[in-house]
Amino acid sequence: MRPDLAVLGAGPAGATAALVAAGHGLSVVLIDENGAAGGQVWRAPAPHLDGGGEARQGGALRAALAASPVVHRARATAWMIAREGEAWRVDLVREGRAETVTARGLVIATGAHERIIPFPGWTLPGVIGLAGATVLLKANGVLPGRRSVVAGAGPLLYLVAAALLKAGGTVAAVVDLAARRDWLAALPALAARPDLLRQGLLWRARLAASAVPVLARHAIAAAEGEKRLAAVLVAPVDAKGRLRPGAAARRIEADSLAVGHGLVPETAATRLLRLPHRYDAARGGWCAVRDVSLAAPAPALWLAGEVGGIGGAAVAELEGRMAGLAAAQALGAASTPAAAALASVVVALARARRAGAAMAAMMRPREGMVDDIAPGTIICRCEDVTRAELDAAIAAGARTLDQLKQWTRCGMGPCQGRMCGEAAGALLAAAVGGRERAGQWTGRPPLRPVAADALVGDFDYADIPIPAPAPP
Amino acid sequence: MSAEFDCAVVGAGVMGASVALPLARAGMRVVVFDRGPICREASGVNAGTLTMQMTRAALIPYALKAWELWMDAPRWLGLGVGTERRDGLSVAFTEAEVAILEARAAARRAAGAPIVLIDGAEARRIEPGLTDRALRAGHCPVDGFASAYLTGRAFRLALAASGATLREATPVLGAERSGGMFRLRLDGGGTVMARRLVLAGGVWLEEMAGWFGIALPIKVLVNQLAVTERMPPVMRSVLGIASGLLSLKQYPNGTVLIGGGWQGRGGRHDGRGDGFVPEALLGNIRLAVFVMPALRRARIVRAWLGLEAETEDALPLLGPLPGVADAWIIGSVHSGYTSGPFMGQLLADAILGRAPALPLFPPERLLARKDAA
Repeated sequence: MRPDLAVLGAGPAGATAALVAAGHGLSVVLIDENGAAGGQVWRAPAPHLDGGGEARQGGALRAALAASPVVHRARATAWMIAREGEAWRVDLVREGRAETVTARGLVIATGAHERIIPFPGWTLPGVIGLAGATVLLKANGVLPGRRSVVAGAGPLLYLVAAALLKAGGTVAAVVDLAARRDWLAALPALAARPDLLRQGLLWRARLAASAVPVLARHAIAAAEGEKRLAAVLVAPVDAKGRLRPGAAARRIEADSLAVGHGLVPETAATRLLRLPHRYDAARGGWCAVRDVSLAAPAPALWLAGEVGGIGGAAVAELEGRMAGLAAAQALGAASTPAAAALASVVVALARARRAGAAMAAMMRPREGMVDDIAPGTIICRCEDVTRAELDAAIAAGARTLDQLKQWTRCGMGPCQGRMCGEAAGALLAAAVGGRERAGQWTGRPPLRPVAADALVGDFDYADIPIPAPAPP
Repeated sequence: MSAEFDCAVVGAGVMGASVALPLARAGMRVVVFDRGPICREASGVNAGTLTMQMTRAALIPYALKAWELWMDAPRWLGLGVGTERRDGLSVAFTEAEVAILEARAAARRAAGAPIVLIDGAEARRIEPGLTDRALRAGHCPVDGFASAYLTGRAFRLALAASGATLREATPVLGAERSGGMFRLRLDGGGTVMARRLVLAGGVWLEEMAGWFGIALPIKVLVNQLAVTERMPPVMRSVLGIASGLLSLKQYPNGTVLIGGGWQGRGGRHDGRGDGFVPEALLGNIRLAVFVMPALRRARIVRAWLGLEAETEDALPLLGPLPGVADAWIIGSVHSGYTSGPFMGQLLADAILGRAPALPLFPPERLLARKDAA
C-alpha cells in the first residue's frame, strides 16, 4: 500500500491523527495490533458491558473511523520502520502474512506501557499489571480474582479498583505510593479538567461505599503463595518509594494483585529510528523529542501522544489532532488546514497538558523503589535474571544498559526489555550517576517478536536471492 | 600531567584485548583505549561462529589454534564466553554449489581442517532436522560457537587482573612520534605517552593508519544478524551453506542465531544499526527455514547489524606498521572473532621479541600493490 500518510498506533492520538489527516483529503493507513481502535484507554468493551465514559469516547472514535476513508489495518504487528528514498516504509505482519506500507509521511503514536518495579513474588500467577487488569475487565468482562489488592501509583489504581467492584469483585485494599497530600496538591491542575476530577471522585466514592481501605504511601513488600498468589505484604514507604526501615508489614489475603508503578513512553519505534530522546521523570522517563508541532527531527515524521511523554488520553487526542493537521499541511492535502484550527489546538493542548502533567507526576518513577529489591528477586522474567546478577555485572564494569544486557541477557527475551527496562535502568543509574548516563537500550527490529512463518511465506530455494559468495 | 606506558593499544575489541593481555602479563605497563565500551562492536555483536568452513583457507592454521583457545577460555581468560563444541556442516543444494563446496573443502583440508564430504543422508544423520534437499555437505568435527556478547565481560576482568589499564569511552583522536615515544591525543584534551603503539581499530584501522600517512583502504561489510525467541531443541550442529551466506546454530538456552553475512546499508561513519535492510533479513530467514524447516515455527525477537573489516586481499593486517618504529597493526580479519585470540598472542610475541609460532601478515603487501597500481 502506498498512502500519503501511515499512522502507527490507533489509540486516541493515532486514530485522531488518521481521522484529521483523512478529513483534509490525505489517504491514510492506520496500523494497530489490537482488533479495534481506541488503544489501552479507550479499549472497546465486551458486547455485554457498559464501559463507561472512556468506552463511549472510544465508541465515538471507532464509529468515526468506520465512516471515514481511513484504511484501518487492525491486528497488524508493525515490525520494521525505515526511511526508503523519499518515503517511510513500514513492514508489518497481519493474519499470518507480511505486508509493506510505504507512505510519504508517518505519525508514530505508540503510546505507553506499564512500569512494574519487581518485589519478591511478583512473578507468581495471580499477580498482573494494572493495564492487564483493565484489559481483562474492559475488553473481556473477566475478574482477575475473587479478592484483589490493587497497588502502585496514579489514577489507574482507582479506575481498576472501581471497575473491580463494579464487576462484582472484592477489593481487599488499594495500596497507593502517593500520600493523600500528593493528590490534594494535584487538584489545582485538575481544576482545568472537571471531567477528570468528577470521574476520580466517583471512583473514590465507590471505594468508600464498599469500605475499601486505601493505604496511602504504602507499597507491596512481597507477594506470597506456593503455586499462586495467596497474600500480599504491604508496608509504609517514604516519598521516594523506599520501605520505611523497621515499619511493620501487614499481611492481606488475596488471590489477585493488580500492580503498576506508572506508565512509560513506548519508544521502541523512535529508538529504532535513532531519534533523540530526553529523560524526564515527571513525564514517565525517556521521552521522544518533538517540536511544538510534534515534528520529529526527520522528514515528514510526527510523534503524537505518550511516546513523547505521559500526559493522558485528552492530551493524546489533541496531539493526534495537531499531528493530523501538521501532516495535512506538510504533505499538501487537498484542503489546507486553517491557521485558526492549529491555533485552537495549541490553546486546548496547553490546558490539557497541565492536568496531564499532574497525573504523570503521580506516576513518576520513584528512585528509592529499586533499593529495596532483594538480591534473589528476578528483574528480567523472560530470561530469569536476578538483581544479584545485574549487581554483579555492574560491579564487573557494565556502564551502559546495552552492556548490562549483553553481559546478563536482561532484556533479551520476548518482551524485548519492556518489563525489566525500568528496573534495570534504575539499578544501573544508581551506579553510574543517573538515567542519562545509563542510557537506553538501542532500538532494534523487530519492534515486536515476529513469526518466521509469516515473514517468509511460501517460497522455494530458487526464490531466495543469494548474493555472490565470499572469496575462498 | 600525562601518564607513560610501555604500550598503548587503540581499540578494545577481541584483537586489541588479545594483544594487551599477554603484554600486560609479561610485565609491560599497558593501556587499552576504546571510543566505546570494550568489545561492543564486531567483537561483541558477531554471530560467535567458531568454524573452519567459513574461514579463509590461508587462515585455517590460525583458526585451529584459536579454536582451541576459545574452547579453553576459562583457563587463560578466566571467564568463559559460553563456547560449545559442535559438528559443523556446510551444505550444497545444487550441482553448482556442490562444485563450490568441493573446491572450498579441498583448500581447507589442505590447510589442515579435518573436513570430509558426505552425502545428504549422512548429513541428516548428523543433523536430523536438516532439509532432505541437501545433495552434499562438508562435515567438520572442529566447529562450534561462542556467545559473543559475553566477550567484553571476560576480557574486561582479565585485563583488570593482568594490571592493564582499560580506558573505555575514550576516543583517541590521533597519535604521533615524539621523542622516541608515541603521543596519543585523547578526545577531551588529554594526552598519553607510550613507547609502543598497537592499532587494533577494526573497521576504523583505515583512519588510524592515516595518522601516520599510510593509506590502507579497508572495505566495510555491514552484516545483518537475527535471533529467535527460545524454542525447543531443533538443531545441534553449526550449519552453513556452500556459498557461505548462512550461519545457523541453536544455543543451549534455545535461541537460534541466524546470520551469514546478508548485507545492511551504512558504514563505519554511520554507526551500526542505521541501515537495516528488511529484504536481506527476509532472504536470510528464508534460507534458514529452507535449510532447517523447523525454524518456520520460530519467532524473531531481535535483529542487528555488525561491521566487518576486509583488506583488499581479504587477508589480515598483522605485523609492524610500515615505516613507523615500535608501531604495530592488527585486524581486518575475515572470521576475525574465530582467529582473534591466537592472532593477538602472535602479535604480542612479536612485540616481546619472541619468534611467533606462525607467520604474521605484514601490511607492506597492500602498500606495494597500491604503488604498482
